[in-house]
Amino acid sequence: MAKKKAKKTSQPRMIKLETPIDSKDVQALKAGDRVLISGKIFTARDAAHKIFAERPPFDPAGAILYYASPTPTRKGFAIGSIGPTTAARMDPFTPALLKAGIKITIGKGRRGQEVVAAMKKFKAAYLVVPGGVAAALAKHVRKSTIIAYPDLGPEAVLELDVVNFPAIVAIDSKGGDLFEQGKEQYKI
Amino acid sequence: MREIVAKKITETVKKLCIEANTNLSEDVLEALNKALSKEESPTGREILRQLINNAKIAWRDKLALCQDTGTAIVFIELGQDVRIIEGLLPEAVNEGVSRGYHQGYLRKSMVRDPLTRKNTGDNTPAIIHTEIVPGENIKIKVLTKGGGAENCSVIKMFKPSSLPAEIEDFIIETVEKAGPNACPPVIVGVGIGGTFDYVATLAKKALLRQVGMHNSAHDTAKWEKEILEKINKTGIGPMGLGGRTTALAVNIEKYPCHISSLPVAVNIQCHAHRSKEAVI
Repeated sequence: MAKKKAKKTSQPRMIKLETPIDSKDVQALKAGDRVLISGKIFTARDAAHKIFAERPPFDPAGAILYYASPTPTRKGFAIGSIGPTTAARMDPFTPALLKAGIKITIGKGRRGQEVVAAMKKFKAAYLVVPGGVAAALAKHVRKSTIIAYPDLGPEAVLELDVVNFPAIVAIDSKGGDLFEQGKEQYKI
Repeated sequence: MREIVAKKITETVKKLCIEANTNLSEDVLEALNKALSKEESPTGREILRQLINNAKIAWRDKLALCQDTGTAIVFIELGQDVRIIEGLLPEAVNEGVSRGYHQGYLRKSMVRDPLTRKNTGDNTPAIIHTEIVPGENIKIKVLTKGGGAENCSVIKMFKPSSLPAEIEDFIIETVEKAGPNACPPVIVGVGIGGTFDYVATLAKKALLRQVGMHNSAHDTAKWEKEILEKINKTGIGPMGLGGRTTALAVNIEKYPCHISSLPVAVNIQCHAHRSKEAVI
C-alpha cells in the first residue's frame, strides 16, 4: 500500500527566480515546487520585526524576506551558516509587510491563517528551506551587507547577494499548502 | 583527592562547544542515512540528502551545522574525590562557553533579561546541571540546543490513575503539534516521574542517549520503539513537508514520584542533535 502511494508522487518542478519578484512570478509557483533564487534577499527576525513593523529598512516592492540570522563570518567566507528560523513567530507582522509589497517570505514551519489569507490577497508565496542545512546554504551567498540595526548583533537586517539559493514552495499564492498535502499523502 | 585546575574545565567546555556545533555525531548521521534509504517522499529524500551533505560541509569548513548554535546546556558529573583549584566551577564552564562561541564563530543567542532581551554577547550563561558521583574524574557533556525545537516542548501533570496509552497519546500529540516548526526528523526526549522541575531535566537527559540506543528496561525499550513507529506514521516527514521520517528516536527516562503525581515532560530535539562529551 505504501508503494502505491509513493508512485502517485510526480517529481517536483524546478523553477529559477530572479529578484525583484513580480506578481506573475509568484502566481506561477505551486506548493511543492523547488526554486533556485538569484539576486538580493533581505533577512530579518524577531527583534528587527518588532522595530520596523510594517516599514522595513529596504524597498519592500517585489522583495524576498528571509527569516534568518547567521553565525559570525569566518575570514575568507562571504557569510557564516545561515539557515531559517521559525516563520510563525513573525506572523503578526507579515500581512502588513505583504501589503507593502513583499512577495516572498522564507523560513521554516507553518504559517497562521491570517498570513495565508494575506498571501492570497496580495499574491505572495511562502518558501521553506530545511532547518539545519545552514552550512550548505552559506555556499549560495556571494555577499552579505548589514543594512540596519547593527546593534542587534545576530538579529541585524542583512542584504544578501545570493546565487541559486535553493528553497521549496510550502504555501502558494492560492493557498496550496505542502504541509497539509504532504502529511495527508504519507499518513498511514 | 585529585586536583583539577579550573582552566582545564574551561578548555574542555570550549572544545566541546565547537565540536558539537560543527561535527554531527556518527549516531545521528547513521540515523539520517538509514532514514534516507527508507524515505518514500521525493521531497523528504531531498531534504535528508541536504542534511547529510550539510554535515559534510560543516565538518570540512568548520562551519556551524545550523545557524542556531543554541543554548549551551552543560551536564557535569563531578567525582566527589575531585578538588577544583584556581577557579570556580560555574565560572570555568561559562568562560569555556564564551571562548568556544567566539573562537568557533558560533552565533551568540542568549539574552540577559527575558523581557528586555539584550544579547549577552558571548552566549553565556550556560545552563549547568551538576551531579556529584563517585570517583576522581569530571565528565562533561555539552548539548547545544536550538530554540525552535525547545519551544515545542511540553510538560503535563497527569493523574496517577492515567493509563500508559494516555501518556503515549500526549507524546505523539506533542510531536504532531510541533510538526514542521521543530525541524523534523526530531529526537523525542521523554521524562516520566519525579517532580515538575525534575521531569523536565529527565526529558533533557533522555536526549543525551545515543540515537539507536534504548532504555535498559526491556518494557520501556519496547514502548520507545512502538511510539517511534506511530510517530513515523503521522506523515509529517522531513521538515514537515510529508514523508515517513518524522522522528529518529524516542528516548524515555523514568524516575520515582509522589503517590499523587505523574509528571510527564516531552523535550523535542531537532535533527541537528549536537551533543559531545569528554572526561577530565
